[in-house]
Amino acid sequence: MGLEDLFKTVRDRFKDKDEKSSPLPETHKKPEIPGNLLFKCPRCRATAYMEEFEKNRKVCAHCDYHSRLTWRERLDITADKGSFREFDGDMVSMNPIGFPDYEKKISRLSCECKTNEAVVTGECTIQGYRAVIGIMDSHFMMASMGSVVGEKITRLFEYATERKLPVIIFAASGGARMQEGIISLMQMAKTSGAIARHNEARQLYITVLTDPTTGGVTASFASLGDVIIAEPKALIGFAGRRVIQDTIKQHLPDDFQSAEFLLENGFVDMITDRKRMRKILSRLLKVHNYRKQEE
Amino acid sequence: MSRISAAKRLELIRNKNRPTVNDYIPMIFHNFTQLHGDRYYGDDPAIMAGLAFFMGIPVTVIAHVKGRDIDENKRSNFAMPHPEGYRKALRLAKQAEKFRRPVVCLIDTPGAFCGIEAEKRGQGEAIAKNLMEFMSLRTPIVSIVLGEGGSGGALALAVCDELMLLENALYSVISPRGFASILWKDPTLETQAAELMKITSEDMLELGVCEKIIPEAEGGAHNDPQSTAENISDFLFEAVQRLIKTDVDVLLKNRYEKFRKIGMFSFVHE
Repeated sequence: MGLEDLFKTVRDRFKDKDEKSSPLPETHKKPEIPGNLLFKCPRCRATAYMEEFEKNRKVCAHCDYHSRLTWRERLDITADKGSFREFDGDMVSMNPIGFPDYEKKISRLSCECKTNEAVVTGECTIQGYRAVIGIMDSHFMMASMGSVVGEKITRLFEYATERKLPVIIFAASGGARMQEGIISLMQMAKTSGAIARHNEARQLYITVLTDPTTGGVTASFASLGDVIIAEPKALIGFAGRRVIQDTIKQHLPDDFQSAEFLLENGFVDMITDRKRMRKILSRLLKVHNYRKQEE
Repeated sequence: MSRISAAKRLELIRNKNRPTVNDYIPMIFHNFTQLHGDRYYGDDPAIMAGLAFFMGIPVTVIAHVKGRDIDENKRSNFAMPHPEGYRKALRLAKQAEKFRRPVVCLIDTPGAFCGIEAEKRGQGEAIAKNLMEFMSLRTPIVSIVLGEGGSGGALALAVCDELMLLENALYSVISPRGFASILWKDPTLETQAAELMKITSEDMLELGVCEKIIPEAEGGAHNDPQSTAENISDFLFEAVQRLIKTDVDVLLKNRYEKFRKIGMFSFVHE
Protein backbone atom coordinates (compact mmCIF):
# COMPACT_ATOMS: atom_id res chain seq x y z
CA MET A 1 0.00 0.00 0.00
CA GLY A 2 1.43 3.33 -0.99
CA LEU A 3 1.10 6.72 0.51
CA GLU A 4 -1.41 7.49 -2.17
CA ASP A 5 -3.97 5.34 -0.43
CA LEU A 6 -3.56 7.19 2.79
CA PHE A 7 -4.48 10.43 1.10
CA LYS A 8 -7.51 8.75 -0.33
CA THR A 9 -8.42 7.87 3.21
CA VAL A 10 -7.87 11.39 4.40
CA ARG A 11 -9.94 12.62 1.51
CA ASP A 12 -12.69 10.21 2.36
CA ARG A 13 -12.65 11.39 5.88
CA PHE A 14 -13.08 14.97 4.78
CA LYS A 15 -15.92 13.89 2.54
CA ASP A 16 -17.52 12.24 5.46
CA LYS A 17 -17.34 15.40 7.51
CA ASP A 18 -18.75 17.48 4.70
CA GLU A 19 -21.72 15.23 4.32
CA LYS A 20 -22.40 15.48 7.99
CA SER A 21 -22.38 19.27 7.86
CA SER A 22 -24.84 19.34 4.98
CA PRO A 23 -28.00 21.27 5.69
CA LEU A 24 -29.88 18.93 3.37
CA PRO A 25 -31.84 16.22 5.16
CA GLU A 26 -29.47 13.97 7.05
CA THR A 27 -29.74 10.26 7.05
CA HIS A 28 -29.80 8.79 10.50
CA LYS A 29 -26.54 8.45 12.30
CA LYS A 30 -24.70 5.29 11.38
CA PRO A 31 -24.69 2.76 14.16
CA GLU A 32 -21.47 2.70 16.15
CA ILE A 33 -19.31 -0.28 15.31
CA PRO A 34 -19.16 -2.18 18.56
CA GLY A 35 -15.92 -2.95 20.31
CA ASN A 36 -13.27 -0.83 18.62
CA LEU A 37 -10.59 -3.38 19.25
CA LEU A 38 -8.37 -2.65 16.30
CA PHE A 39 -6.67 0.47 15.02
CA LYS A 40 -6.14 0.58 11.27
CA CYS A 41 -3.59 3.20 10.27
CA PRO A 42 -4.94 5.52 7.58
CA ARG A 43 -1.41 6.10 6.32
CA CYS A 44 0.17 2.63 6.05
CA ARG A 45 -2.91 0.45 6.58
CA ALA A 46 -1.17 -1.56 9.26
CA THR A 47 -3.40 -2.73 12.09
CA ALA A 48 -2.71 -2.83 15.78
CA TYR A 49 -4.65 -3.65 18.91
CA MET A 50 -6.39 -0.55 20.12
CA GLU A 51 -4.94 -1.03 23.56
CA GLU A 52 -1.38 -1.11 22.23
CA PHE A 53 -2.06 1.85 19.97
CA GLU A 54 -3.46 3.91 22.82
CA LYS A 55 -0.56 2.99 25.05
CA ASN A 56 1.68 4.28 22.28
CA ARG A 57 -0.05 7.70 22.50
CA LYS A 58 -2.04 6.94 19.37
CA VAL A 59 1.03 6.72 17.18
CA CYS A 60 1.17 4.03 14.51
CA ALA A 61 3.95 1.66 15.58
CA HIS A 62 4.51 0.70 11.98
CA CYS A 63 4.83 4.03 10.12
CA ASP A 64 5.00 6.60 12.94
CA TYR A 65 1.84 8.40 11.82
CA HIS A 66 0.72 10.57 14.72
CA SER A 67 -3.02 10.21 14.65
CA ARG A 68 -5.62 12.70 15.86
CA LEU A 69 -6.17 13.26 19.55
CA THR A 70 -9.10 14.72 21.41
CA TRP A 71 -8.35 17.92 23.30
CA ARG A 72 -8.44 15.98 26.57
CA GLU A 73 -5.91 13.40 25.35
CA ARG A 74 -3.63 16.17 24.15
CA LEU A 75 -3.89 18.04 27.40
CA ASP A 76 -3.12 14.91 29.41
CA ILE A 77 0.12 14.21 27.55
CA THR A 78 1.19 17.87 27.49
CA ALA A 79 0.39 19.72 30.70
CA ASP A 80 1.61 18.91 34.20
CA LYS A 81 -1.03 16.94 36.02
CA GLY A 82 -3.70 19.12 37.60
CA SER A 83 -2.10 22.35 36.36
CA PHE A 84 -4.67 23.28 33.72
CA ARG A 85 -7.14 26.09 34.23
CA GLU A 86 -9.57 26.60 31.37
CA PHE A 87 -10.57 29.98 29.91
CA ASP A 88 -13.93 30.79 28.32
CA GLY A 89 -15.12 27.18 28.42
CA ASP A 90 -18.72 28.36 28.33
CA MET A 91 -18.40 30.39 25.14
CA VAL A 92 -20.67 29.13 22.36
CA SER A 93 -21.34 29.90 18.72
CA MET A 94 -24.26 31.84 17.39
CA ASN A 95 -25.54 31.65 13.86
CA PRO A 96 -24.45 34.84 12.08
CA ILE A 97 -25.74 34.00 8.61
CA GLY A 98 -28.70 31.87 9.70
CA PHE A 99 -27.23 28.66 8.36
CA PRO A 100 -29.85 25.90 8.55
CA ASP A 101 -29.48 23.62 11.58
CA TYR A 102 -26.15 25.12 12.61
CA GLU A 103 -27.13 25.44 16.30
CA LYS A 104 -28.39 21.89 16.34
CA LYS A 105 -25.14 20.58 14.98
CA ILE A 106 -23.11 22.58 17.47
CA SER A 107 -25.07 21.35 20.45
CA ARG A 108 -24.83 17.73 19.32
CA LEU A 109 -21.04 18.06 18.94
CA SER A 110 -20.74 19.80 22.30
CA CYS A 111 -22.07 16.65 23.94
CA GLU A 112 -20.01 14.25 21.85
CA CYS A 113 -16.73 16.11 22.23
CA LYS A 114 -17.21 17.34 25.80
CA THR A 115 -16.36 20.88 24.82
CA ASN A 116 -18.44 23.78 23.58
CA GLU A 117 -16.18 24.54 20.65
CA ALA A 118 -13.32 23.36 18.44
CA VAL A 119 -10.60 24.90 20.58
CA VAL A 120 -9.99 24.58 24.31
CA THR A 121 -7.85 27.34 25.81
CA GLY A 122 -6.31 27.98 29.19
CA GLU A 123 -3.22 28.16 31.29
CA CYS A 124 -1.03 25.35 32.57
CA THR A 125 2.52 24.38 33.40
CA ILE A 126 4.72 22.15 31.27
CA GLN A 127 7.55 20.55 33.24
CA GLY A 128 7.11 23.43 35.64
CA TYR A 129 7.08 26.21 33.06
CA ARG A 130 4.00 28.38 32.99
CA ALA A 131 2.39 28.68 29.56
CA VAL A 132 -0.83 29.74 27.95
CA ILE A 133 -2.15 26.97 25.76
CA GLY A 134 -4.73 26.38 23.02
CA ILE A 135 -5.68 22.92 21.82
CA MET A 136 -7.79 22.43 18.72
CA ASP A 137 -9.91 19.31 18.47
CA SER A 138 -10.55 18.01 14.96
CA HIS A 139 -13.44 15.90 16.23
CA PHE A 140 -15.44 19.11 16.60
CA MET A 141 -16.50 20.15 13.07
CA MET A 142 -13.00 19.40 11.80
CA ALA A 143 -11.82 22.17 14.13
CA SER A 144 -12.96 24.80 11.67
CA MET A 145 -12.57 28.41 12.80
CA GLY A 146 -15.68 30.45 13.42
CA SER A 147 -16.41 33.28 15.86
CA VAL A 148 -15.73 31.26 18.99
CA VAL A 149 -12.41 29.81 17.87
CA GLY A 150 -11.32 33.26 16.69
CA GLU A 151 -12.42 34.94 19.91
CA LYS A 152 -10.90 32.35 22.24
CA ILE A 153 -7.55 32.44 20.43
CA THR A 154 -7.60 36.25 20.44
CA ARG A 155 -8.38 36.38 24.17
CA LEU A 156 -5.64 33.86 24.80
CA PHE A 157 -3.06 36.09 23.14
CA GLU A 158 -4.35 39.21 24.84
CA TYR A 159 -4.09 37.46 28.21
CA ALA A 160 -0.55 36.31 27.44
CA THR A 161 0.51 39.73 26.15
CA GLU A 162 -0.71 41.46 29.28
CA ARG A 163 1.07 39.02 31.59
CA LYS A 164 4.15 38.47 29.44
CA LEU A 165 3.54 34.77 29.01
CA PRO A 166 4.42 32.38 26.19
CA VAL A 167 1.67 30.87 24.03
CA ILE A 168 1.60 27.32 22.70
CA ILE A 169 -1.05 26.32 20.20
CA PHE A 170 -1.71 22.78 19.02
CA ALA A 171 -3.23 23.51 15.65
CA ALA A 172 -5.59 21.26 13.72
CA SER A 173 -8.24 22.53 11.36
CA GLY A 174 -10.17 22.08 8.17
CA GLY A 175 -10.02 25.88 7.74
CA ALA A 176 -12.50 28.71 8.09
CA ARG A 177 -16.00 27.65 9.18
CA MET A 178 -18.11 28.24 6.12
CA GLN A 179 -21.35 28.03 8.10
CA GLU A 180 -20.46 31.43 9.59
CA GLY A 181 -19.78 33.05 6.22
CA ILE A 182 -17.59 36.16 6.06
CA ILE A 183 -17.46 36.38 9.88
CA SER A 184 -15.24 33.30 9.92
CA LEU A 185 -12.86 34.86 7.40
CA MET A 186 -12.50 37.90 9.64
CA GLN A 187 -11.29 35.67 12.48
CA MET A 188 -8.10 35.13 10.50
CA ALA A 189 -7.36 38.85 10.65
CA LYS A 190 -8.47 39.17 14.26
CA THR A 191 -6.23 36.38 15.57
CA SER A 192 -3.28 37.59 13.49
CA GLY A 193 -3.72 41.05 14.99
CA ALA A 194 -3.58 39.65 18.52
CA ILE A 195 -0.43 37.72 17.61
CA ALA A 196 1.14 40.91 16.24
CA ARG A 197 0.70 42.52 19.68
CA HIS A 198 2.06 39.50 21.51
CA ASN A 199 4.98 39.59 19.10
CA GLU A 200 5.58 43.29 19.77
CA ALA A 201 5.58 42.49 23.49
CA ARG A 202 8.51 40.15 22.64
CA GLN A 203 6.85 37.01 23.92
CA LEU A 204 7.34 33.51 22.58
CA TYR A 205 4.72 31.83 20.43
CA ILE A 206 5.08 28.15 19.54
CA THR A 207 2.75 26.38 17.13
CA VAL A 208 2.50 22.63 16.92
CA LEU A 209 0.93 21.59 13.64
CA THR A 210 -0.99 18.36 13.99
CA ASP A 211 -3.03 16.27 11.58
CA PRO A 212 -4.71 17.97 9.73
CA THR A 213 -3.87 21.70 9.64
CA THR A 214 -5.27 23.39 6.55
CA GLY A 215 -7.05 26.38 5.00
CA GLY A 216 -7.68 29.58 6.88
CA VAL A 217 -5.94 28.37 10.02
CA THR A 218 -2.76 27.59 8.07
CA ALA A 219 -3.17 31.01 6.45
CA SER A 220 -3.34 32.75 9.82
CA PHE A 221 -2.26 31.87 13.36
CA ALA A 222 -0.87 28.38 12.68
CA SER A 223 1.86 29.80 10.44
CA LEU A 224 2.87 32.68 12.68
CA GLY A 225 4.81 30.92 15.44
CA ASP A 226 8.34 31.95 16.37
CA VAL A 227 8.96 28.24 16.40
CA ILE A 228 6.84 25.93 14.30
CA ILE A 229 6.80 22.24 15.21
CA ALA A 230 4.98 19.52 13.26
CA GLU A 231 3.99 16.01 14.22
CA PRO A 232 5.21 13.17 11.99
CA LYS A 233 3.09 12.50 8.89
CA ALA A 234 0.60 15.26 9.69
CA LEU A 235 -1.26 16.71 6.72
CA ILE A 236 -0.48 20.44 6.54
CA GLY A 237 -1.37 22.82 3.73
CA PHE A 238 -3.40 25.72 2.50
CA ALA A 239 -5.62 24.31 -0.26
CA GLY A 240 -7.21 20.87 -0.13
CA ARG A 241 -5.63 18.11 -2.16
CA ARG A 242 -8.81 17.53 -4.13
CA VAL A 243 -9.14 21.22 -5.00
CA ILE A 244 -5.56 21.32 -6.23
CA GLN A 245 -6.02 18.17 -8.27
CA ASP A 246 -9.16 19.61 -9.87
CA THR A 247 -7.44 22.94 -10.60
CA ILE A 248 -4.21 21.75 -12.13
CA LYS A 249 -5.18 18.26 -13.32
CA GLN A 250 -1.76 16.86 -12.53
CA HIS A 251 -0.54 14.02 -10.40
CA LEU A 252 0.43 15.16 -6.91
CA PRO A 253 3.52 13.76 -5.23
CA ASP A 254 2.72 11.17 -2.57
CA ASP A 255 4.21 13.10 0.33
CA PHE A 256 2.58 16.34 -0.83
CA GLN A 257 1.50 18.55 2.11
CA SER A 258 2.94 16.20 4.73
CA ALA A 259 4.91 17.49 7.70
CA GLU A 260 8.02 16.09 6.01
CA PHE A 261 7.21 18.00 2.79
CA LEU A 262 6.94 21.23 4.77
CA LEU A 263 10.23 20.61 6.55
CA GLU A 264 11.93 20.02 3.22
CA ASN A 265 10.48 23.23 1.81
CA GLY A 266 11.46 25.29 4.82
CA PHE A 267 8.10 25.95 6.46
CA VAL A 268 8.51 24.13 9.77
CA ASP A 269 11.40 24.23 12.21
CA MET A 270 11.25 20.61 13.28
CA ILE A 271 9.25 17.44 13.32
CA THR A 272 8.86 16.20 16.84
CA ASP A 273 7.74 12.87 18.15
CA ARG A 274 4.86 12.90 20.62
CA LYS A 275 7.02 11.23 23.24
CA ARG A 276 9.53 14.06 23.18
CA MET A 277 7.07 16.93 22.83
CA ARG A 278 6.95 17.99 26.49
CA LYS A 279 10.70 17.96 26.71
CA ILE A 280 11.14 20.03 23.56
CA LEU A 281 8.47 22.53 24.64
CA SER A 282 9.98 23.01 28.07
CA ARG A 283 13.45 23.37 26.58
CA LEU A 284 12.15 26.08 24.24
CA LEU A 285 10.52 27.88 27.16
CA LYS A 286 13.76 27.66 29.11
CA VAL A 287 15.93 29.02 26.33
CA HIS A 288 13.59 32.02 26.08
CA ASN A 289 14.28 32.83 29.72
CA TYR A 290 10.92 31.88 31.13
CA ARG A 291 11.35 30.67 34.70
CA LYS A 292 10.14 27.50 36.30
CA GLN A 293 7.26 27.92 38.74
CA GLU A 294 8.15 27.40 42.39
CA GLU A 295 6.96 24.06 43.62
CA MET B 1 -30.18 52.29 -3.60
CA SER B 2 -32.48 49.39 -4.39
CA ARG B 3 -31.31 45.98 -3.31
CA ILE B 4 -30.20 43.74 -6.13
CA SER B 5 -29.98 40.04 -5.31
CA ALA B 6 -26.62 38.42 -4.66
CA ALA B 7 -27.15 36.09 -7.60
CA LYS B 8 -27.79 39.00 -9.95
CA ARG B 9 -24.63 40.64 -8.66
CA LEU B 10 -22.64 37.50 -9.38
CA GLU B 11 -23.68 38.02 -12.99
CA LEU B 12 -22.79 41.71 -12.86
CA ILE B 13 -19.28 41.17 -11.58
CA ARG B 14 -18.72 38.48 -14.18
CA ASN B 15 -19.80 40.77 -17.01
CA LYS B 16 -16.88 40.78 -19.38
CA ASN B 17 -17.08 44.55 -19.73
CA ARG B 18 -16.83 45.18 -16.02
CA PRO B 19 -13.91 47.59 -15.52
CA THR B 20 -10.77 46.17 -13.95
CA VAL B 21 -7.72 47.79 -12.32
CA ASN B 22 -6.26 48.30 -15.74
CA ASP B 23 -9.16 50.65 -16.47
CA TYR B 24 -9.37 52.26 -13.06
CA ILE B 25 -5.73 52.98 -12.29
CA PRO B 26 -5.24 55.59 -15.05
CA MET B 27 -8.60 57.17 -14.19
CA ILE B 28 -7.88 57.46 -10.46
CA PHE B 29 -4.10 57.89 -10.14
CA HIS B 30 -1.40 59.92 -11.88
CA ASN B 31 2.06 58.77 -12.91
CA PHE B 32 1.52 55.18 -11.86
CA THR B 33 4.94 53.56 -11.82
CA GLN B 34 4.92 49.81 -11.52
CA LEU B 35 7.40 48.05 -9.23
CA HIS B 36 8.10 44.36 -9.61
CA GLY B 37 9.18 41.34 -7.63
CA ASP B 38 9.20 39.95 -4.12
CA ARG B 39 13.03 39.85 -3.89
CA TYR B 40 12.91 36.16 -2.95
CA TYR B 41 11.52 34.18 -5.79
CA GLY B 42 9.95 36.14 -8.62
CA ASP B 43 7.30 38.53 -9.82
CA ASP B 44 3.67 37.54 -9.68
CA PRO B 45 1.58 39.07 -12.49
CA ALA B 46 -1.62 38.37 -10.52
CA ILE B 47 -0.78 41.28 -8.23
CA MET B 48 0.31 44.60 -9.68
CA ALA B 49 1.90 47.16 -7.42
CA GLY B 50 3.59 50.50 -7.71
CA LEU B 51 3.81 54.16 -6.82
CA ALA B 52 1.48 56.91 -7.92
CA PHE B 53 0.01 60.27 -7.07
CA PHE B 54 -3.55 60.35 -5.84
CA MET B 55 -4.92 63.90 -5.86
CA GLY B 56 -1.35 65.07 -5.47
CA ILE B 57 -0.59 62.71 -2.56
CA PRO B 58 2.10 60.05 -3.11
CA VAL B 59 0.62 56.58 -2.49
CA THR B 60 1.52 52.92 -2.91
CA VAL B 61 -1.04 51.01 -4.98
CA ILE B 62 -1.42 47.22 -4.69
CA ALA B 63 -3.99 45.54 -6.92
CA HIS B 64 -5.24 42.16 -8.10
CA VAL B 65 -5.07 41.98 -11.87
CA LYS B 66 -8.16 40.59 -13.51
CA GLY B 67 -8.08 40.44 -17.28
CA ARG B 68 -10.97 41.15 -19.57
CA ASP B 69 -10.26 38.40 -22.05
CA ILE B 70 -8.70 34.99 -21.94
CA ASP B 71 -5.24 36.20 -22.97
CA GLU B 72 -5.12 38.90 -20.34
CA ASN B 73 -6.40 36.45 -17.77
CA LYS B 74 -3.84 33.84 -18.71
CA ARG B 75 -1.11 36.39 -18.21
CA SER B 76 -2.34 37.34 -14.75
CA ASN B 77 -3.48 33.82 -13.75
CA PHE B 78 -7.11 35.02 -13.42
CA ALA B 79 -6.04 37.24 -10.51
CA MET B 80 -5.17 34.23 -8.37
CA PRO B 81 -1.86 35.07 -6.70
CA HIS B 82 1.00 32.79 -5.74
CA PRO B 83 2.95 33.39 -2.51
CA GLU B 84 5.36 35.72 -4.32
CA GLY B 85 2.42 38.01 -5.10
CA TYR B 86 1.60 38.40 -1.42
CA ARG B 87 5.28 38.82 -0.60
CA LYS B 88 5.60 41.56 -3.20
CA ALA B 89 2.56 43.25 -1.64
CA LEU B 90 4.17 43.04 1.79
CA ARG B 91 7.51 44.33 0.56
CA LEU B 92 5.90 47.39 -0.98
CA ALA B 93 3.62 47.95 2.00
CA LYS B 94 6.71 48.02 4.23
CA GLN B 95 8.31 50.44 1.81
CA ALA B 96 5.21 52.64 2.02
CA GLU B 97 5.54 52.57 5.81
CA LYS B 98 9.15 53.67 5.54
CA PHE B 99 8.24 56.67 3.40
CA ARG B 100 4.98 57.38 5.24
CA ARG B 101 2.85 56.87 2.16
CA PRO B 102 -0.74 55.64 2.42
CA VAL B 103 -1.37 52.22 0.88
CA VAL B 104 -4.33 51.71 -1.43
CA CYS B 105 -5.32 48.08 -2.14
CA LEU B 106 -7.66 47.27 -5.00
CA ILE B 107 -9.19 43.84 -4.54
CA ASP B 108 -10.59 41.67 -7.30
CA THR B 109 -9.76 37.99 -6.93
CA PRO B 110 -11.48 34.62 -6.78
CA GLY B 111 -8.88 33.63 -4.17
CA ALA B 112 -5.29 32.54 -3.75
CA PHE B 113 -4.08 30.06 -6.35
CA CYS B 114 -4.37 26.38 -5.48
CA GLY B 115 -1.43 24.46 -6.89
CA ILE B 116 1.68 22.45 -6.16
CA GLU B 117 4.10 25.33 -6.51
CA ALA B 118 1.93 27.64 -4.41
CA GLU B 119 1.94 25.08 -1.60
CA LYS B 120 5.67 24.44 -1.94
CA ARG B 121 6.43 28.11 -1.57
CA GLY B 122 4.13 28.51 1.42
CA GLN B 123 0.81 29.97 0.31
CA GLY B 124 -0.54 29.76 3.87
CA GLU B 125 2.52 31.36 5.40
CA ALA B 126 2.54 34.19 2.85
CA ILE B 127 -1.09 35.12 3.57
CA ALA B 128 -0.67 34.76 7.34
CA LYS B 129 2.37 37.02 7.30
CA ASN B 130 0.47 39.72 5.43
CA LEU B 131 -2.40 39.62 7.92
CA MET B 132 -0.04 40.08 10.83
CA GLU B 133 2.18 42.70 9.21
CA PHE B 134 -0.65 44.76 7.74
CA MET B 135 -2.25 44.81 11.18
CA SER B 136 0.74 46.69 12.55
CA LEU B 137 1.80 48.67 9.48
CA ARG B 138 2.43 52.25 10.63
CA THR B 139 0.79 54.02 7.71
CA PRO B 140 -2.84 54.32 6.56
CA ILE B 141 -4.28 51.46 4.49
CA VAL B 142 -7.48 51.75 2.47
CA SER B 143 -8.81 48.68 0.65
CA ILE B 144 -11.50 48.65 -2.00
CA VAL B 145 -13.21 45.53 -3.35
CA LEU B 146 -13.90 46.20 -7.03
CA GLY B 147 -15.57 42.94 -8.00
CA GLU B 148 -14.80 39.63 -6.41
CA GLY B 149 -13.37 39.47 -2.89
CA GLY B 150 -12.63 35.79 -2.54
CA SER B 151 -11.44 34.25 0.69
CA GLY B 152 -7.97 34.51 2.22
CA GLY B 153 -6.64 35.58 -1.16
CA ALA B 154 -8.64 38.81 -0.81
CA LEU B 155 -8.15 39.19 2.93
CA ALA B 156 -4.37 39.28 2.44
CA LEU B 157 -4.91 42.77 0.94
CA ALA B 158 -7.88 43.71 3.11
CA VAL B 159 -6.42 44.20 6.57
CA CYS B 160 -6.87 47.95 6.54
CA ASP B 161 -8.16 51.05 8.28
CA GLU B 162 -11.08 51.39 5.97
CA LEU B 163 -12.68 48.78 3.72
CA MET B 164 -15.00 49.88 0.94
CA LEU B 165 -16.95 47.82 -1.53
CA LEU B 166 -18.21 48.90 -4.90
CA GLU B 167 -21.99 48.64 -4.80
CA ASN B 168 -22.14 45.35 -6.68
CA ALA B 169 -18.90 43.86 -5.39
CA LEU B 170 -19.00 40.67 -3.31
CA TYR B 171 -16.86 39.54 -0.40
CA SER B 172 -16.97 35.98 0.85
CA VAL B 173 -15.19 33.26 2.81
CA ILE B 174 -15.30 31.01 -0.26
CA SER B 175 -16.90 31.38 -3.69
CA PRO B 176 -20.62 30.53 -3.73
CA ARG B 177 -19.75 27.69 -6.06
CA GLY B 178 -17.20 26.31 -3.64
CA PHE B 179 -19.64 26.71 -0.76
CA ALA B 180 -22.31 24.75 -2.64
CA SER B 181 -19.92 22.05 -3.70
CA ILE B 182 -18.42 21.54 -0.25
CA LEU B 183 -21.48 21.88 1.96
CA TRP B 184 -24.11 20.52 -0.39
CA LYS B 185 -21.99 18.42 -2.74
CA ASP B 186 -23.56 20.21 -5.66
CA PRO B 187 -21.85 23.18 -7.35
CA THR B 188 -24.96 23.91 -9.41
CA LEU B 189 -26.60 25.23 -6.23
CA GLU B 190 -24.38 28.29 -6.60
CA THR B 191 -27.29 30.72 -6.76
CA GLN B 192 -28.87 29.42 -3.56
CA ALA B 193 -25.46 29.57 -1.88
CA ALA B 194 -24.96 33.18 -2.97
CA GLU B 195 -28.29 34.15 -1.41
CA LEU B 196 -27.65 32.31 1.85
CA MET B 197 -24.04 33.34 2.42
CA LYS B 198 -24.53 37.11 2.98
CA ILE B 199 -21.91 38.40 0.59
CA THR B 200 -23.22 41.70 -0.79
CA SER B 201 -21.93 45.16 0.00
CA GLU B 202 -25.03 45.86 2.14
CA ASP B 203 -24.40 42.63 4.08
CA MET B 204 -20.81 43.73 4.73
CA LEU B 205 -21.97 47.08 6.05
CA GLU B 206 -24.54 45.43 8.32
CA LEU B 207 -22.05 42.86 9.62
CA GLY B 208 -19.50 45.59 10.34
CA VAL B 209 -17.03 44.14 7.85
CA CYS B 210 -16.86 47.22 5.60
CA GLU B 211 -17.13 50.93 6.28
CA LYS B 212 -18.45 52.31 3.01
CA ILE B 213 -20.32 51.34 -0.13
CA ILE B 214 -19.24 53.16 -3.28
CA PRO B 215 -22.09 53.68 -5.75
CA GLU B 216 -21.64 52.38 -9.28
CA ALA B 217 -23.05 53.75 -12.49
CA GLU B 218 -26.73 52.94 -13.12
CA GLY B 219 -27.04 49.23 -13.94
CA GLY B 220 -23.43 48.46 -13.04
CA ALA B 221 -19.92 49.90 -13.37
CA HIS B 222 -19.55 48.67 -16.96
CA ASN B 223 -22.21 51.15 -18.08
CA ASP B 224 -20.03 54.09 -17.16
CA PRO B 225 -16.51 53.28 -15.92
CA GLN B 226 -15.56 56.96 -15.77
CA SER B 227 -18.32 57.97 -13.37
CA THR B 228 -17.66 54.89 -11.22
CA ALA B 229 -13.96 55.83 -11.12
CA GLU B 230 -14.95 59.34 -10.01
CA ASN B 231 -17.03 57.88 -7.20
CA ILE B 232 -14.07 55.75 -6.10
CA SER B 233 -11.84 58.83 -6.15
CA ASP B 234 -14.27 60.84 -4.02
CA PHE B 235 -14.59 58.14 -1.36
CA LEU B 236 -10.88 57.41 -1.40
CA PHE B 237 -9.97 61.09 -1.10
CA GLU B 238 -12.20 61.59 1.91
CA ALA B 239 -10.71 58.54 3.65
CA VAL B 240 -7.06 59.24 2.81
CA GLN B 241 -7.34 62.87 3.91
CA ARG B 242 -8.82 61.86 7.22
CA LEU B 243 -6.44 58.95 7.85
CA ILE B 244 -3.22 60.80 7.09
CA LYS B 245 -4.18 63.36 9.72
CA THR B 246 -4.78 60.63 12.33
CA ASP B 247 -2.03 59.91 14.81
CA VAL B 248 -0.39 56.59 13.86
CA ASP B 249 -0.88 55.01 17.29
CA VAL B 250 -4.56 55.91 17.20
CA LEU B 251 -4.75 54.56 13.67
CA LEU B 252 -3.31 51.20 14.75
CA LYS B 253 -5.53 50.99 17.79
CA ASN B 254 -8.62 51.66 15.64
CA ARG B 255 -7.48 49.13 13.05
CA TYR B 256 -7.10 46.48 15.74
CA GLU B 257 -10.50 47.30 17.24
CA LYS B 258 -12.18 47.21 13.85
CA PHE B 259 -11.36 43.51 13.49
CA ARG B 260 -11.38 42.75 17.20
CA LYS B 261 -15.09 43.30 17.50
CA ILE B 262 -16.14 41.06 14.61
CA GLY B 263 -17.65 37.78 15.77
CA MET B 264 -20.89 36.47 17.22
CA PHE B 265 -20.91 34.32 20.32
CA SER B 266 -22.67 33.92 23.64
CA PHE B 267 -22.18 32.06 26.92
CA VAL B 268 -23.91 29.07 28.45
CA HIS B 269 -24.01 28.28 32.12
CA GLU B 270 -22.39 24.99 32.82
